[in-house]
Amino acid sequence: MMLQVRNVHKRFEDREVLRGIDLSVEKGDVVAILGPSGSGKTTFLRCLNFLERADAGEMTFDGKTLDLHAAGKRDIADLRKKTAFVFQNYNLFLNKTVLQNVTLGLTCARHIPQDKAREAAVRALERVGMADRLNSYPGQLSGGQQQRVAIARGLASDPEIIFFDEPTSALDPELIGEVLAVMRQLAQEGMTMLVVTHEMEFARNVSHRVMFMEGGNVIEAGETKAFFDNPKEERTRAFLKTILENR
Amino acid sequence: MTPIVTFFEKLFSGRVWGILLDAFPRLLGYGIRVTVPLTVISFALAMVIAVIVALIQFAQVRGLRQLCRFYIWLIRGTPLLVQLYLIFYGLPSIGVTLNAFPAAVLVFGFNEGAYMAESIRGALESVTKGQIEAGYCVGMSYLQIMWHIVLPQALRTAFPALSNSLISMLKGTSLAASITVMEMFRQAQVINGRVYEALGLYTEVALIYLLFCSVLTVVQRKMEKKLSSYGGNRA
Ligand SMILES: Nc1ncnc2c1ncn2[C@@H]1O[C@H](COP(=O)(O)OP(=O)(O)OP(=O)(O)O)[C@@H](O)[C@H]1O
Ligand SMILES: [Mg+2]
Repeated sequence: MMLQVRNVHKRFEDREVLRGIDLSVEKGDVVAILGPSGSGKTTFLRCLNFLERADAGEMTFDGKTLDLHAAGKRDIADLRKKTAFVFQNYNLFLNKTVLQNVTLGLTCARHIPQDKAREAAVRALERVGMADRLNSYPGQLSGGQQQRVAIARGLASDPEIIFFDEPTSALDPELIGEVLAVMRQLAQEGMTMLVVTHEMEFARNVSHRVMFMEGGNVIEAGETKAFFDNPKEERTRAFLKTILENR
Repeated sequence: MTPIVTFFEKLFSGRVWGILLDAFPRLLGYGIRVTVPLTVISFALAMVIAVIVALIQFAQVRGLRQLCRFYIWLIRGTPLLVQLYLIFYGLPSIGVTLNAFPAAVLVFGFNEGAYMAESIRGALESVTKGQIEAGYCVGMSYLQIMWHIVLPQALRTAFPALSNSLISMLKGTSLAASITVMEMFRQAQVINGRVYEALGLYTEVALIYLLFCSVLTVVQRKMEKKLSSYGGNRA
């Protein structure tokens, strides 16, 4: 098991947003996290990278167990060096070129020499089809291009797992395809991915497993095919029905 | 109309014209040798203070943050001229005697620094939180994120405000005349003491300040174009 998460709890003031989430991810797994708006998907993902402090919970990653509430700086820094996070709105560094966006984490955090970092960055940018825009600034790129650069920024450090939080939700419809294509490619290459998404096609065709959340609980989790073809829970069926009706 | 006509009659009378021509190289010389360095040094000091004070507030460093708010409150609530007098004429009575030039640098630096700190703090807060989170996610430390991402963007955003501060400081250095710094305006006063031509001399010195400020404005425009937010925006 590459990543195992147990019993994650999180509340914002009086709102209980996560009520004990469990999840296991095997190496090479693509897990889609589905659920209605406000069900806690983003919060859950952010807790795994300590962008948000869980109130309780435990995570075993790469053979090491961390307390999601009390983990120290060192452990968090180590974890972040082995993971990558792709945000809904890209969050590229606006004052840095495409190339610098990708190398910064390598030179700064990992002390990789500039020339080596550049090589790794160019390789990562080639994988997402952005190697021809090394010197552009984020402000000069389309949303789809920015998101692909953001994925390359994550890829460059050779992470063991990539967390995606609705990577296509901020994109114009015609730009969604290019980002999904990159993600599909990564999945085929065996990258371990945890993907919060509203893209049912992607979840259905690319992910191996699905976790469906509602109101801070996991309602149903399992193999993708079984989940879509034969959902066990009434709530899951209702969710899938509204999704299918709305498209 | 009469005062204006008289103004030009006086200014262009042969006697006055001669005085002003004589005074010009001296005034300009003091401007370049004293006013400009006084401005540059004070501004550098103000910049260092402002960045530190803004960062402390942005990072919410406990204790120090209150100290910064106190400093800004104190400076913004008291007149610059009074601050100059206090430091130069007041402090000697408790044994702290400063030369006029360093006293002026200190006062101008700490004074404008307070205003600049507020500009920079606002600019720091305008950098999107997501970029900071992205920095953490690629493994950067807080200081690395500040240095490579937040501060450069904030300084770019604050550039127009900081340019204003520089121009305002350049003019403000004329107040140093009141604590005996022999700068451009003080020099105009000295010449006037000999030749009694207040109208002409003070007009002349005003024009030289105007010239200096115009140069700064042109440079500011040029730099702003060059910096135009990172390759410009598509949107
Ligand atoms: N920083 C915060 N402070 C207070 N409440 C928050 C905060 N972040 C999230 N919440 C609340 O927590 C709940 C879960 O939010 P979350 O963003 O995790 O949902 P989500 O499943 O990602 O929804 P969406 O599909 O709309 O992105 C929501 O009710 C939200 O209002
Ligand atoms: Mg969300």
